[in-house]
Amino acid sequence: MIGNSIGVMALTIAMTVSAAAQDKSIIVQSTTSTANSGLYDHLLPIFQDATGIQVNVVAVGTGQAIKNAENCDGDVLLVHAKPSEEQFVSEGFGSKRTDLMYNDFVVVGPESDPAGVGGMSDAQAALKQIAEQGALFASRGDDSGTHKKEISLWNAAGVDPSAASGDWYRETGSGMGATLNAGIGMGAYVMTDRATWISFENKQDYTIQVEGDEDLFNQYGVIPVSGDKCPSVNVEAAEAFADWLISGEGQDTIAAYKVSDQQLFFPNAPVN
Amino acid sequence: MALAVQLMLSGDGDLGEIVALSLRVSLTATALACLVGLPIGAVVAISRFRGRGAVLILMNALMGLPPVVVGLLVYLHLSRSGPLGFLGLLYTPTAMIIAQTILITPIIAALSRQVLEDLHAEYSEQFRSFCLTRRQTVSALLWDGRYSLLTVGLAGFGRAVAEVGAVIIVGGNIDHLTRVMTTAIALETSKGDLALALALGIVLLVIALGINAAVQGIRMTAVQQAHV
Repeated sequence: MIGNSIGVMALTIAMTVSAAAQDKSIIVQSTTSTANSGLYDHLLPIFQDATGIQVNVVAVGTGQAIKNAENCDGDVLLVHAKPSEEQFVSEGFGSKRTDLMYNDFVVVGPESDPAGVGGMSDAQAALKQIAEQGALFASRGDDSGTHKKEISLWNAAGVDPSAASGDWYRETGSGMGATLNAGIGMGAYVMTDRATWISFENKQDYTIQVEGDEDLFNQYGVIPVSGDKCPSVNVEAAEAFADWLISGEGQDTIAAYKVSDQQLFFPNAPVN
Repeated sequence: MALAVQLMLSGDGDLGEIVALSLRVSLTATALACLVGLPIGAVVAISRFRGRGAVLILMNALMGLPPVVVGLLVYLHLSRSGPLGFLGLLYTPTAMIIAQTILITPIIAALSRQVLEDLHAEYSEQFRSFCLTRRQTVSALLWDGRYSLLTVGLAGFGRAVAEVGAVIIVGGNIDHLTRVMTTAIALETSKGDLALALALGIVLLVIALGINAAVQGIRMTAVQQAHV
């Protein structure tokens, strides 16, 4: 019944809108960190001026972005969870995956530092200490790239935080910003990507407590969605966007983006 | 508060665009929902049939449809892999209008049913003496109850313009395309810019106040003229 009513309404209004839809526009299914940090506001006008292609960004967690792209609701995927991205390509949804840029994850916490992890650079040891102290830790809990990374770190540290879910381990099931807001509200440690943290404006007395571990490396990848799997994809424009991002010009543009004098993303696409 | 005033006075183009889209989406959804919901409410109000009680319970329960669920259902239909994917409507204002229309049609239908049923009880003898057909009864009720139904429309509009769960899923909160007041507030909150988020919230509230005041004004003028 709902399907029918949607259908009737959709058909009656479809004409007006489809005429307005531009041929040269693509949808990027993106992770939130790249959008919330303002990177697209910096990149897209330059790309649009150069190519005339309109880029529309839908910013959701990596898990949801991949699901949306698998439903063919995007032309390009830009996320940060390499194993999931490789699976996306091997299942035929993406044509090719390219390393785009990186930054790193950090663990932020209140000034009082209840678990005493301030200044540590061993992420696993720090997490273990937080667990042993039973200090509050706010997790994304939303299958995002950051959440996947956090889970892999807990596993490596030999801790099963889900046993303490609702106790000291608090899964917010929300985006990075919402989780930071919640974590800061309850005095919990939070693992976040550095770009979101630097551009986040509600830091209060929070600072970076743990950083500098190789395990905290955060790689972003770009994948044009496959035209074979999804005929609706604007293959030409999607590939133009992905190719531009990994080109010398695109990479320089990424490197030039700064917030508070700090570079947020470090380009590392392979040079061909 | 100061930031909210500053935002409104600055005539910021982006803010204007967001406000305009909010109004366009929610007013269109309210109009469509009235088109569908008012006749349903009127027909159910004057009809007596088996299972009517169950229908009333269903109508009233649907007023509590969670926006996220509506958003998800519309997403599944409009997604490229869904049955209506070929229309290419996902992540457009049209998708947002569809979601909000589905969300508030039950509100319009259920509230107007109650209003019109009370009105019908008052006039039913008169209607019978005029030997009105059902269709005529429905139009007479809708016309006589038009001022009360304005409030019903406002309730629907209020729900539509305030919800974020449905539009963020089917609209995608795309800058300059599908960003409305509520999704902009959600975005600023997630960026930690709570002051800007609150200021946008105040702007939304002021707009809602303005629309309610305008409708109230129309209603009072009309009622006064009717009594002259």
